[in-house]
Amino acid sequence: MSVRQANRFGFGINQSRQINYDTSDRKVRDYVTLREPSFRLCFACGGCSATCTAGEHISFNLRRMITLIRRGEIDLLRDEVTRCMLCGKCMLVCPRGVNTRNVVAMTAEAIRKLDRNEL
Amino acid sequence: MSSEIFVWPFNLGLYFILIYSVVRSTVWFRNLSRPDKLRLQRGFFGIPFMQSIKEIFMESLLHRRIFKKNFVLGYMHMSLAFGWFLLIVFGTIEADFFGEKHLNPPSHAIFFRAFNPDHGAVGLARAYTHLMDFLLAFILSGLLLAVIKRFIPSMMGMKKTTKHTWSDRTALLSLWLIFPSRLLAESFTCGTYGSGGFLTGNLGAALASFLPAAEIAPWFWWLYSLALGTFFFLLPVTRYFHIPIELLLIFMRNSGITTGDKSSSYTEVQTHACSSCGVCIGVCQMSYAAGINDIQSAYFIKGLRSDRDIAAITANCLMCGRCEEACPVGIELGPMRLIERRQGERPDTAKRFLERYSLTGRRSTIERESTQSYGYLVREEAESADVLFFAGCMTHLTPSVISAMKKIMESAGVRYRFMDEQGGVCCGRPLMLAGRDREARELINHNSDIIWKSGARILVTSCPICYKIFRESYYLEARVMHHSEFINLLIEEGSLRLGYLHRKVVYHDPCELGRGSGIYEEPRAVISYVAELQAVPEEGTMSLCCGGSLGNLTLSSGKRALIAADAARSLTMSSPDELITACPLCKKTFGQATGTRVSDIAELVAAALPKPVKKSRGRPARVTTKSLNHG
Ligand code: SF4
Ligand code: SF4
Ligand code: SF4
Ligand code: SF4
Repeated sequence: MSVRQANRFGFGINQSRQINYDTSDRKVRDYVTLREPSFRLCFACGGCSATCTAGEHISFNLRRMITLIRRGEIDLLRDEVTRCMLCGKCMLVCPRGVNTRNVVAMTAEAIRKLDRNEL
Repeated sequence: MSSEIFVWPFNLGLYFILIYSVVRSTVWFRNLSRPDKLRLQRGFFGIPFMQSIKEIFMESLLHRRIFKKNFVLGYMHMSLAFGWFLLIVFGTIEADFFGEKHLNPPSHAIFFRAFNPDHGAVGLARAYTHLMDFLLAFILSGLLLAVIKRFIPSMMGMKKTTKHTWSDRTALLSLWLIFPSRLLAESFTCGTYGSGGFLTGNLGAALASFLPAAEIAPWFWWLYSLALGTFFFLLPVTRYFHIPIELLLIFMRNSGITTGDKSSSYTEVQTHACSSCGVCIGVCQMSYAAGINDIQSAYFIKGLRSDRDIAAITANCLMCGRCEEACPVGIELGPMRLIERRQGERPDTAKRFLERYSLTGRRSTIERESTQSYGYLVREEAESADVLFFAGCMTHLTPSVISAMKKIMESAGVRYRFMDEQGGVCCGRPLMLAGRDREARELINHNSDIIWKSGARILVTSCPICYKIFRESYYLEARVMHHSEFINLLIEEGSLRLGYLHRKVVYHDPCELGRGSGIYEEPRAVISYVAELQAVPEEGTMSLCCGGSLGNLTLSSGKRALIAADAARSLTMSSPDELITACPLCKKTFGQATGTRVSDIAELVAAALPKPVKKSRGRPARVTTKSLNHG
């Protein structure tokens, strides 16, 4: 049974979340890690998402975004990254000292460059 | 006259620099925006002109501001600038008065003694010669200090001086040579003819007693002329170009021209008016607290001037404004950095080269592409209120500040609405500080809509970051108040009954509230009303940054902690009971950096409220009648 068929019956099956190394694109991750090394420190606690200003208005989740960067799922990332307001709340709650705002800024920059084939 | 050949290096240099200055100024003037052109024209024929003359005298010649900061440094600058100025003025008078004909070319005044070697033996002329000698000695004393400063900066109380390029070094060498060579040239000439004042006369006589003075003198006149000529020729490519440009800057500033938000002739002029004095380096906490020594304003300006890629320098700054406050030239360093941050990618090298050396000299600005967009925000239905309270994102991380504000407003009977109680939208200032103005506009529009619809007459915010952008970039009818101002108003109007807390406290001026918005007095008035306020080493306009600033996108948390620890140490030197601030971000940052209790000013005031808090909701509040009328 496919995922869509399953949903029609009122119960959901999550899509497989295995990393597909053929489609996963690590360029953004490398770009961000190089320019904001603290990116590596994130241990996905979700503190940032719990406090997020943008997250109060729309489904936006920095922890998820970081996961997407790590997994190289650029297509899901493209929209997501535009939603952050750079307000800085997440930076203050992050227990690992991740410079979250710069992670967002660098990701946006990387995607723009990727779309122009400059990466 | 063949003996006059030696003046030619000087003459060529002088005419070159004069023509260059005129051309450059004309280009800059042409590139000014129309309103700025008008301002400058109007300024030239009005009171601003007189102000400029006065300022040029006080700052460019006497260097009053540097004097105030550092006496020896001030003396050094003054003796060189003012001394040289007087030497030229009195030299011209001398040449005009005692020379064979009037209206001489400049070289006659500069090389007066070479042409009139036996002048000044008796009477008035002799007294005048003493005066000229005195001026020369005055300059030489400053020069001595300059040499000392160059090799032992610490002796002048300077922490750091900026690095020199080769052109700077050559220009510096020629500048240093000018006055000693003049001294020796005059002395040898005077020694030959037995003339001269107390300095050149005596030195000349001594030298002539064992040296062939007549033969040596021309060599030093040549050296003097060459040193002057070289200095003038190199001037446009060195840091010393700031000397003439600063005069232009003073005229422009006094005519009412400001930096604005785009690069313009004025930013160019400011770039060139920087004297690389290094004062900004000494006050930068990034340097002395965090050990980051390549991003300070002096380097930023130098990068602009030499057209290097300075994106990293531009971004790595707290935007605390300390350097701007301290800059003796008065360069608007904050706005200049923001302009650079707004820039998109740089044009390629060839284009930049063409632009730089074309006659217009105008730098093209490439607008940064939008990276964020907030179309998802839904317009809210706004309830009306007289007083609107906007806590701000950061304040939501310090709930104690919010509950303190609630208590205070309830106790004073203020009818208010809490705009972002359920979580609001960012004010836009962090985006603006990151150079993303277009995106910030989206948020500004969203929030403005809510504020307008509420019909509020007063907008109170607990966050200085929000406060600054509300005041500067929002178009609002409501009077914007920081909560420290608002509490002060409540106290002044007698709406708030407060006890006295027997605590010793110190106050930290948040950057965006103090230097950013000029609010220094109200918080102090409020604190003094409820507690004992102690002084701290650096406060008011030179207060420290807590290190948490949103103005820096790239600074690591480790470096921030270093800055916070250093600032907290300085603030708590007197071992106060409590460190008071007026910004949730400062509170958070200091909270992790010091053992002293850190509170917001609202928390302090709430603690001074009579207990139990009397709810007086129904009573008409005085604040909503009297104070609202001048909003
Ligand atoms: S900076 Fe962006 S991700 Fe962080 S809390 Fe603010 S809106 Fe959310
Ligand atoms: S709060 Fe910090 S560590 Fe936790 S998920 Fe967010 S970025 Fe990662
Ligand atoms: S920016 Fe101002 S303080 Fe800094 S070196 Fe230039 S003139 Fe001096
Ligand atoms: S604004 Fe502050 S951090 Fe930035 S260069 Fe000036 S003093 Fe340093």
